[in-house]
Amino acid sequence: MADISIHFAGIKSPNPYWLASAPPTNTGYQVQRAFEAGWGGAVWKTLGEPILNVTSRFGASHFNGQRVAGFNNIELISDRPLEDNLKEIYETKKRFPDRVIIASLMVEPQREKWHEIVKRVQDVGVDGFELNLGCPHGMSERGMGSAVGQHPDLVERTTMYAKEAAEVPVITKLTPNITDITATAKAAARGGADAISLINTINSLIGVDLETWNTIPNVNGKGAHGGYCGPAVKPIALNMVGECARNSEVNIPISGIGGISTWQDTVEFMLMGAGSVQICTAAMHHGFRIIDDLTEGLENYLDEKGIDFLSDIIGKSVEKYTDWSSLDLNHKVVARINNDVCINCNKCHIACEDTSHQCIDMLTDADGNDILRVREEDCVGCNLCSIVCPVDGAIDMIDLTPTEPPMSWNDRQTAIQMLKNSK
Amino acid sequence: MSDLLKNLISGEVLAANFEESKPSFNSQEALDEANRCLYCYDAPCITACPTGIDIPGFIKKIASGNLKGSATTIMDSNPVGASCARVCPTEELCEGACVLNYSTKPIPIGDLQRFATEWAIKNDEVLFKAGKKNGKTVAIVGSGPAGLSTARELARLGYEVTIFEAKSEAGGLDTFGIVPFRLPKDISLWEVGQVRNLGVEIRTNTEVGKDIFAEDLVEEYDAVVLAIGMSKVPMLGIEGEELEGNYDAIDLVERSKNGDYPEEFAGKRVAVIGAGNTAIDGATTSVRLGADNVKILYRRTEAEMTAYDFEYEFAKQDGVEFRWLTNPKRFISDEKGHIKQIECVKMELQASEADGRPRPVEIEGSEFLMDVDIVVKAIGQTRHMKMIEAFGLEHQGGVVKVDPETFITSNPKVYAAGDVIFGKGIGEAMVVTAAQQGKDTALAIHERFKQSVTESA
Repeated sequence: MADISIHFAGIKSPNPYWLASAPPTNTGYQVQRAFEAGWGGAVWKTLGEPILNVTSRFGASHFNGQRVAGFNNIELISDRPLEDNLKEIYETKKRFPDRVIIASLMVEPQREKWHEIVKRVQDVGVDGFELNLGCPHGMSERGMGSAVGQHPDLVERTTMYAKEAAEVPVITKLTPNITDITATAKAAARGGADAISLINTINSLIGVDLETWNTIPNVNGKGAHGGYCGPAVKPIALNMVGECARNSEVNIPISGIGGISTWQDTVEFMLMGAGSVQICTAAMHHGFRIIDDLTEGLENYLDEKGIDFLSDIIGKSVEKYTDWSSLDLNHKVVARINNDVCINCNKCHIACEDTSHQCIDMLTDADGNDILRVREEDCVGCNLCSIVCPVDGAIDMIDLTPTEPPMSWNDRQTAIQMLKNSK
Repeated sequence: MSDLLKNLISGEVLAANFEESKPSFNSQEALDEANRCLYCYDAPCITACPTGIDIPGFIKKIASGNLKGSATTIMDSNPVGASCARVCPTEELCEGACVLNYSTKPIPIGDLQRFATEWAIKNDEVLFKAGKKNGKTVAIVGSGPAGLSTARELARLGYEVTIFEAKSEAGGLDTFGIVPFRLPKDISLWEVGQVRNLGVEIRTNTEVGKDIFAEDLVEEYDAVVLAIGMSKVPMLGIEGEELEGNYDAIDLVERSKNGDYPEEFAGKRVAVIGAGNTAIDGATTSVRLGADNVKILYRRTEAEMTAYDFEYEFAKQDGVEFRWLTNPKRFISDEKGHIKQIECVKMELQASEADGRPRPVEIEGSEFLMDVDIVVKAIGQTRHMKMIEAFGLEHQGGVVKVDPETFITSNPKVYAAGDVIFGKGIGEAMVVTAAQQGKDTALAIHERFKQSVTESA
């Protein structure tokens, strides 16, 4: 059985799965239930000056009958007294010494305030800190959360403040509500962060009720933007993790967050450079018991691949993630339709005809059967037909044998420049 | 004559007739249905499963692509989980309990269970490991669902287990007693292989009372488990039973499991006596052997028949006819000593007997003749009385008495599980129940030896 324990920025965890700082980690009762179920760690619901919350707080987008494709919330940081949280952190850590407890912190971007909270929380014994510089709603209106996280200089400074007082690793959590994630990731690294975690939630409005015209979720007839998360945000998070992982100026461990629901998502994030993962929405949808398949699926995957240690896969796809201008312009892919598998829904035809390159013909074969055929010379290999196809194996995307050596846009520009120079 | 019949139905067609009738889910169907499962907490399907399989858990693992984990979850709770995926009356158990019955339609749990276990079979997965040997030995008589299940659990707990099986292959009812088009033999033999992989020795062709003696087993092993199931169909006790063309349904199913298809059914009229699941098996087997017309004769009515609903439905779709309130009185011979007719009598139901079922009574003067070529008897099963008596166990008409908690018989060293303790209004005759009794028996044995095992270790 493969070893799925991790060493993340100096923190040992029996598995890579931590509950993200969110409603599931609000109390000692909840975190202990999670640990009983088998979670490797928990990032405690953000501690700071206790706040007041509103009802209602959550919204979700359902897609074609599947519930919770995306999820949003307008809940703020912990609304419980700091003393209660600290007491429960102490008790939980004592009961589960082999599990990871990270305290998420958020105070105003002032040195004394950060020193004070870091020291208070450190005294009860935590394995690390996570700086919540990402919460996009409510707290940001008070100069905290993403109001800090959107300014690289504030990210650097806040990280530094925390590091000055911290004796355990400090993880800076980044907001995705920014143009270039590497700007704040680099700032965190400059501030001395031991690691970064990303992404926090994305600014969002889930919907508007067609009857009442109220926004969703609604608080007495009004709404405000909330933080979006869940399966729908995974590709955004995965890109940001990849961008940070391949940036040489970031160069610190990454805890991946954003729509991770299965062991397969976990593998993707780790291949893309994450050294641990954090999960919230999937647990909120199904309960802590999802950890069973998350760990077992991961172990079985590694066993099947003949990999003994989970840590061996971290970052293995990062070098494959590059700039567009480094992609091979001479690579040629075309679609091929297997008419024996095809069920003739013609979705590929209409997608290609109306919205791509008009290269899938609807034909009749010698026996009078309806068939679909790709005119390969006109196919640009866009993948659209295979994406809309509802049947496994009906459309293959085939790599054609290259007729020319690989050449990227960068190679091409260099070659043109050399030609010009030689003239 | 037989040459002529051979031409009626070729060997190839016959073999095809006996292939599993229901196709497996393809990946897409499995994924669609798995994703439809709500993944309920404290799910009623788990409670409804006699072996308590974590059904939402195994379905979630199909959805996530963790098929090994899915098969492990199933087989962990049910050592004959691949067979049960096919033979369980799921609409009365897990699927009947599915909460989606109240909103849309239930999840096809049996089909998903089949999908996951089939993956394990195809990929030759070894799902479990034997426990560290603890020095205790257990003899199990019979390798059907109850015996296999006991053996599997004991082997995982470190016991040295030997199974004694009279037949040439292990698996009992699942291997020989359920029609191949519902449960192919390979599936049962895979489950046997899983148990054998744990170091369980299975001595086939070894009959207790002949090749080895009951008292020796009791003497030589730390515990003995009797999981011998039931025996053949009893005699009807009517005139003409010895005639040619008279079959025992259990024998008939066993022959078809071995690919030994009787030729004389092709083009013939068959009457099956009885209306339990074995009678349905006898009838649907006859149809697949090429019979022209198959009738089930039952002395009670549709309401009293013991076959599962899905079995009844299956037979009707096979074109099997049902003659309710009809009882055979004697079989009439042709000039060659072969059955040519049954003299039947019409019955009527009268007020309840002691066991609550209405009592069928002959209607005087209602006798009539029915032209048939073959009779298949399926009126229940006899007990292995000799064996039970060889062990000197207390029993009631062949139903061995056990403590319901510990499965200990009147001999404190001997346990019993499965069909051998079913009957006289006690228990259920389902494969899945036998599997659970096997698990419980293993635990009871372990409970007894746990302390001495730990001390000696």
